[in-house]
Amino acid sequence: MSQNEILQCRDVTVEFDGFKAVQGMNLDLHKGELRFLIGPNGAGKTTMLDVICGKVKPSSGRVTFGEKVDITKKPEHQIAEMGIGRKFQAPSIFSSMTVLENLEIAMRQKRSVAATLFARLSSEAKDRLHHQLDMIGLGDKSGHRAGGLSHGEKQWLEIGMMLLQEPEVLLLDEPVAGMTDKETDKTGELLHEIALKRSVVVVEHDMEFVRNFASKVTVMHEGKLLKEGSMEDVQGDERVAEVYLGKRRDDYASRSTA
Amino acid sequence: MAWRQWTPRQWWILGGYAVATAVLFAAPLFVSDFRLNLLAKFLAFAIVALGLDLIWGYTGILSLGHGIFFGLGAYAMAMYLKLEASGGKLPDFMSWSGLKELPLFWKLFEPFGAAVALGLLIPALLALGLGFFTFRNRIRGVYFTILTQALVIIVTTLLVGQQAFTGGTNGVTGYSTLLGYSLASPDTKRVLYWVTAAALLGVFLFCRFLTGSRFGKVLRAIRDGENRVRFIGYNPALYQTVIFTVSAGIAGLAGMLFVLHVGIISPSMLGIVPSIEMVLWVAIGGRGTLIGAALGAILMNWAKSEFSTAYPEGWLFFMGALFVIVVVFLPKGVAGLFQSPPPWLNPGKLLDRVRNGGSGTRGGPLLRLLRKKDNGKSIQSVRRQAE
Repeated sequence: MSQNEILQCRDVTVEFDGFKAVQGMNLDLHKGELRFLIGPNGAGKTTMLDVICGKVKPSSGRVTFGEKVDITKKPEHQIAEMGIGRKFQAPSIFSSMTVLENLEIAMRQKRSVAATLFARLSSEAKDRLHHQLDMIGLGDKSGHRAGGLSHGEKQWLEIGMMLLQEPEVLLLDEPVAGMTDKETDKTGELLHEIALKRSVVVVEHDMEFVRNFASKVTVMHEGKLLKEGSMEDVQGDERVAEVYLGKRRDDYASRSTA
Repeated sequence: MAWRQWTPRQWWILGGYAVATAVLFAAPLFVSDFRLNLLAKFLAFAIVALGLDLIWGYTGILSLGHGIFFGLGAYAMAMYLKLEASGGKLPDFMSWSGLKELPLFWKLFEPFGAAVALGLLIPALLALGLGFFTFRNRIRGVYFTILTQALVIIVTTLLVGQQAFTGGTNGVTGYSTLLGYSLASPDTKRVLYWVTAAALLGVFLFCRFLTGSRFGKVLRAIRDGENRVRFIGYNPALYQTVIFTVSAGIAGLAGMLFVLHVGIISPSMLGIVPSIEMVLWVAIGGRGTLIGAALGAILMNWAKSEFSTAYPEGWLFFMGALFVIVVVFLPKGVAGLFQSPPPWLNPGKLLDRVRNGGSGTRGGPLLRLLRKKDNGKSIQSVRRQAE
């Protein structure tokens, strides 16, 4: 592993009752890199994120993080504490708690029972929480019940929670799914800001959204790596066009005539 | 403290708590000895309700086994009292069953301090063991609840079956003194009432500390989304095990106090029905609020003792009906009424909310349905849609 690499997935295979969702997949991530993971439905993108964050245990292969630690054997909460944050496709926030409370428990801190029992919110921490609230545009909603937020706001709250968690690697699963154009733009801005400081892997379907970022794209197909490169490279690749982009163009065409 | 910035509402709440505490401690001055004894029993129940609320109301894990934790605490105290009453001889039920010698484990309960410590530790350790294996293996929801029911059946069967050691179906009764003071004397009863009231206050404050801390916030987060908590970096199993253990210890404390007031403990007092009843107190009083759980236990038991003397057959129907009403119309229990009064209690507000399409998610199921259809339109359009 080179100095600059933070995450390395080698020959990862995931099997669900005999069905191979991911087959011998490789993925390397550099520090501070923003990587898009694309591919048609069922390509194994989300499963790949599940493997990295520990939700799914691969049947073979290694995932090394940071100082050559194999994380495939570790429980999820330890992986999260080591510095891998995961955002799921559906916004999952703590709906009965306030926006501020959501951020408070997500904030980077000691996660033991004893530590949380006697934890006090320092003024420094308060400043950080409010700074984060402003950044995700929920500054005036800190006391609102999180369950009452709109879909977009919930997504931002969750992104805010992940940022306070201060992971070194962030895994985002379709962060703009179900958002309006305006919300998508705002999420794009957030993502640009996030990518300055950390390594990010984004699973995304929205090609327009991906084109806004000049970054490396990994294409998966049927659980395997199909192509890796810049957006132009990927778009120019015939195999990719065949399995993915071509289909998407047809999709768009049929949708615009409908 | 930031008390200068308190709102009038907060002052009212503080005042309410102060009055409630004063009434609680002054009760012996204006209540007959008989009623005081009943009230003391209800206060012990309120303590279990607080413990149950921690695990169910705050963490979202339904335990139908708290009767057992309560009962184990009660048995610990009962064994101490029985040994003291027997004055060095073999307890009566043991000699009836043909035992010649005091069983070894009974000797542990001879010193008062040891009995009290065991009354807290045994339920807590049992919960720790059960919690460790279930939560770590991510057994939750209804499966966990069924396991707690199984625990109830195992423990009651054991208590009934081992008559020589436990007193069997009759339980353990026939006490005389506590630390040399006669349990029958009104003075002792009054002191024990105050001890129970102080214990209730202490447990209440302890629970407030727990639920107000960040630890309490993590518990609520687990209730809302256990998996999300895991991916933030907390280990939910650890938190669940800790709160289940604490909750069981509190139930054990309540059981010990209960025996002092009631003078008997038997398997029927800690079986499945009492375990479910405890859950009802919390549900009706208001889970997720401490005061709701405590008042729910006191008021439900008061109502039970009033109604069941007047209409012995009617009580269970009444309680069942009350439970249905609460589940359907007051998901947060009676305490929820005060936290966020549902719009159907306030006709003006109701109209207003329906007209404005309702921004909140509170209210009864009917209203929520209305609002879903409404979606920002006027009530007339809802009617038209309905037609």
